[in-house]
Amino acid sequence: MGWEFVIPGYLIVFGSLGTYAVALLRRGRKLAAQLPEEKRRFLD
Amino acid sequence: MTTEMSPESEATQPPRHAGGSESPMFSSTASKVTSVLGWMSIVAIGALLTLGLLISPPEVSQGESVRLFYIHVPSAIVCLYIAFSITLVGSIIYLRNQSVFWDLVAGASAEVGVLFLAFTLATGMLWGKPTWGTYWTWDPRLTSTAVSFILYLGYLAVRRLDMDPVARSRRAAVLGIVSFANLIIIRFSVQWWRSLHQGATIDPRDTQLDDSMLASFFLGLVAMTLTFAWLVVHRFRVAWLEHQLEASQLETAIAERTAAAGPSTGLAPGGA
Amino acid sequence: MIRHAKLIAAKDLRIEVSAKVLTAQILPFGLLVLVLFGFGIPPDRRVLGTDDEASRSLLEQASPGLFWLAILFSALLAINRSFAIESVDGNLDALRLAGFDPAGVFLGKSLAVASELVVLEVIVGIGAFLLYGPPLGDPLLLGSTVLLTTGAMAFAGTLYGALGAGSRLRDTLVPLLVLPVLAPVLLAATRATESSLFEGSSSGWGWVGFLGAFCLLYLGAGILSFGSLLEET
Repeated sequence: MGWEFVIPGYLIVFGSLGTYAVALLRRGRKLAAQLPEEKRRFLD
Repeated sequence: MTTEMSPESEATQPPRHAGGSESPMFSSTASKVTSVLGWMSIVAIGALLTLGLLISPPEVSQGESVRLFYIHVPSAIVCLYIAFSITLVGSIIYLRNQSVFWDLVAGASAEVGVLFLAFTLATGMLWGKPTWGTYWTWDPRLTSTAVSFILYLGYLAVRRLDMDPVARSRRAAVLGIVSFANLIIIRFSVQWWRSLHQGATIDPRDTQLDDSMLASFFLGLVAMTLTFAWLVVHRFRVAWLEHQLEASQLETAIAERTAAAGPSTGLAPGGA
Repeated sequence: MIRHAKLIAAKDLRIEVSAKVLTAQILPFGLLVLVLFGFGIPPDRRVLGTDDEASRSLLEQASPGLFWLAILFSALLAINRSFAIESVDGNLDALRLAGFDPAGVFLGKSLAVASELVVLEVIVGIGAFLLYGPPLGDPLLLGSTVLLTTGAMAFAGTLYGALGAGSRLRDTLVPLLVLPVLAPVLLAATRATESSLFEGSSSGWGWVGFLGAFCLLYLGAGILSFGSLLEET
């Protein structure tokens, strides 16, 4: 008892994390393509 | 068994992409540090799913729904204690020295924090249904979390205002500081308000946890914190690239303008 | 700072008197909300409980909260209006260039909003007494609650109103920003008012203290931050 709430909970959380992570990477890639090499440096 | 597998396969998806950040295809906002962080997140999430969903036993009074705690409480801790504190610190530093870095860090942290706050709300309500018999009770923590969610949505809305970027960053910084104070005010007032009525029938803090449950909980904390860190770094880098792009577009626009204006001003004295 | 505040407040109130937005639009809106609540909560419905509670209609019991909700919605209009009059012709920039102290501008605009709110509260309050018919237990507690809630709404409202100033999205942004911030104020004002009307007891004074602390906090925050908010709007 309770699985019908646990499964959706885990799905929502990790599904959203996945979607968000992929969206971030895509956005980053798209932006990087528009910038010259020297402006793509990060602070690490 | 199939239902138990589905969240796992879903969950390993994001970090797999995160790990993929090593490949040149994702080289944009990824670096060695972030791919290590990404792999650590995958491992932690995988371990959490195994221990939290498969190995650890159901709780005596709550049954299986106790498993929601392993992601509910960690995401609440991450957003309320880590994410919005970073926003607060970033905002204060920005107001002192106008550092673009800290402005973007504050914004990135708030955005990921809002996502985790949404997780806290969603899992809290899903936990409430089997435990309290209803998705929503006017429980102090649930209520104040909902108001805080809207509070930080407002912060994100200000960051997207259509205006001069510097003035916008300054406003966002002021808001980032005041919002943190509001977080405390809201929490305090709602707690006081509800304490005058009846308390929650089952207090989550009374939950009896055995060792594997405690381990799941701490694993959840580690997994959520790592994932948060990975997301914030990438969110910051996206914002940083956007900032660079805006700046370079401005530069070319100014260059074009001066190039266009150059001959006409040069002609002006001759024409006069 | 005080002198500048007086000038700004006088300017805003003069504009208000000549434009009559408060009396012709915001005030009728507040009263209309009171009437609409009566449609939402059937006036004849009663709650079973103790004898004292059962003698009151649901509407009467909820009247403190409904009154403050009506004021809160009207206050949103007043706050938006307060910055709408500044958004034309870069008025805020002009004020800054004219050498006005930002803290003075904050205080002045808050004072003007507060005066408008007091007018609203008196008239909508009379309306609430007439429509919902609650008793009046402790006028002193009620008076303090109204005064401090007005301050809290005006200070916080002015600070958050400035955050959206100069943007085309202001109208929709300000409610999103202000409502979660004023949620604790609504809570405190409602509890204190309930206590002043029905109990006539001292249990509401704690909430009045909370409202006072909120007022001071936002007074300080506004004075300190308005400079950053007004620059280059």
